[in-house]
Amino acid sequence: MRKFTWFNAVSLTFGFVFLYIPMVILIFYSFNASKLVTVWAGFSTRWYGELINNQAFLDAAWVTLKVGFISSTIATILGTMAAFVLVRSGRFFGRTLFSGMIYAPLVMPEVITGLSLLLLFIAIGLDRGVTTIVLAHATFSMCYVSVVVSSRMATFDESLEDAAYDLGCTGWDAFRSVTLPIIMPAVIAGWLLAFTLSLDDLVIASFTAGPSSTTLPIKIYSSVRLGVSPEINALSTIMIAIVTFGVLSVSIYSKRVIERQKREEQLANS
Amino acid sequence: MTKPSQPAVFAPWDDPKETPLISFENVSKRFGALTVIDKINLNIYSREFFALLGPSGCGKTTLMRMLAGFEDASDGTIRIDGQDMAGIPANKRAVNMMFQSYALFPHLSVANNLAFGLKRSDMPKSEIQGRVDEMLRLVQLGKYADRKPHQLSGGQRQRVALARALAKAPKLLLLDEPLGALDKKLRQETQFELMDIQEKTGTTFVIVTHDQEEAMTVASRIAVMDEGRLVQVDTADRIYETPNSVYVADFIGDVNIIEGAVDSTEGEHATLRWSEGAAPIRAMASDGISNGSKAAFVIRPEKVAISVEEPKDRHNRVQGSVEDIAYLGNRSTYFVRLPDGSLIKSQVANNRRIKQRLITWEDSVWLSWSDTAGAILPN
Repeated sequence: MRKFTWFNAVSLTFGFVFLYIPMVILIFYSFNASKLVTVWAGFSTRWYGELINNQAFLDAAWVTLKVGFISSTIATILGTMAAFVLVRSGRFFGRTLFSGMIYAPLVMPEVITGLSLLLLFIAIGLDRGVTTIVLAHATFSMCYVSVVVSSRMATFDESLEDAAYDLGCTGWDAFRSVTLPIIMPAVIAGWLLAFTLSLDDLVIASFTAGPSSTTLPIKIYSSVRLGVSPEINALSTIMIAIVTFGVLSVSIYSKRVIERQKREEQLANS
Repeated sequence: MTKPSQPAVFAPWDDPKETPLISFENVSKRFGALTVIDKINLNIYSREFFALLGPSGCGKTTLMRMLAGFEDASDGTIRIDGQDMAGIPANKRAVNMMFQSYALFPHLSVANNLAFGLKRSDMPKSEIQGRVDEMLRLVQLGKYADRKPHQLSGGQRQRVALARALAKAPKLLLLDEPLGALDKKLRQETQFELMDIQEKTGTTFVIVTHDQEEAMTVASRIAVMDEGRLVQVDTADRIYETPNSVYVADFIGDVNIIEGAVDSTEGEHATLRWSEGAAPIRAMASDGISNGSKAAFVIRPEKVAISVEEPKDRHNRVQGSVEDIAYLGNRSTYFVRLPDGSLIKSQVANNRRIKQRLITWEDSVWLSWSDTAGAILPN
């Protein structure tokens, strides 16, 4: 057994303090009764109440959810298709280039992605709005989906598909009834990742958003520039709560599923 | 050889009037510059249990995948039941396959795995459940219908895979190393189960294996393959007793090989010069040898007798000294070094207890064999 030393305790504390103090302060002040952000004047949930009545924030939240849902769905479909080609097609001319080009947006500065999409939309005369944000988000989050799905595809036993053909499936039928159900957890994980990325994104959205389509991060950023209000603290606290809840429930669920499968396999083999 | 009082012998390959279920005519398969299957001609008959045997990379799996429809022949014609199979995809063939990894669908229950192919056939919906139950009974897995594959043991999964491949009542069932994942004891039991099921369903089985014991146990005929060619296609006993080449003799079972040159041939027999000053070996002659040609004498270790006294009545006898003894319980193998340096194995049943063994290490012994015990093959 490893000993719990003072050194370990101190570094653990420092690490967590470093990571979470800013968030704790933010949550703390969201319950501040005072209008001044840095002066504590007693506990209150007043800013949460005001938030509900702030139509601009609610609109922005609705736009963000809509964009996240549609763009991550598009990204999941395209990313899964790309993962398929990468893993399945074996060697073809330009394969290395193709895979490199799929993964390049992962390391591309967001400013450049945003700018280039903006130029494209102007060039083809597409009015900026929800549609353009959706297209932009689908474009950059697609590569994340394809990374997640292709790592699952790499360990997929291809004889399962052969068996499906052998038992009378056409290509589409084999994919729908065998391949897709098996890789579904990876596809869902990819969707969640794309959704989270879309919720978070400020830079690309600010390049591609139009006047009628302000997302929540843009809204928060622009209001902060006019001064931090306690309302923003309340809003941020809600977002932290949603993200924490989402991440925790996904990880607990997947851990349980995996543990159960392991137990069942051990039982069957004993 | 077969007595007329035994009409029930199953040997359609000896009957010229039989039409084969499967025929390969000059079939080749190339991947780029690599020839995997090289001009194969082969007939497989209905109700046969046919084994493709060979080391890995000999083309046996490719041959099987061409029957399943996963690969097309580069040249030649493959017919199943008289129909040319060119261009007919796997999902349109009355052929099913049992995969080496079993390839059970992990997200479906055992019953739904079995029903998978039936739902995609023209079987009416109302009959599917009945057929699934029938298959579950066949492989004795009735209790496990609702389990998922990961809740089954290896042997049970193997049976599900077999039942799933048989559910559509294919004309031909392909088995790719079906018992490879099982431990030895279970494998032997399952071999007999496979034969039993094959007989019950009357399906033609083609099995791919690298395990010669497995092939010899289950198969009506065995094709020994090497580098994309068929070296010998015959029943297990004939492959073992009368191999047509040193490769086959060496691949199947244990064998002594003595290389030399043909000294003379006379009718069924030939003699082989193999060592300076030693008497030539007399043995059965095989096709393709002629006086003076390079050849090899092959003989199974259990057909080599070992004795302390010189067996004067035998033409083939050599003297050597015991270098090693491998004790295997029911039998022992003696490794005898001859004066010319070659090592000959002699295998004898242990009829006596080990303490009463007459021969021990370093003993000078005589090895002998009859004129018909071994064969001289072209080398």
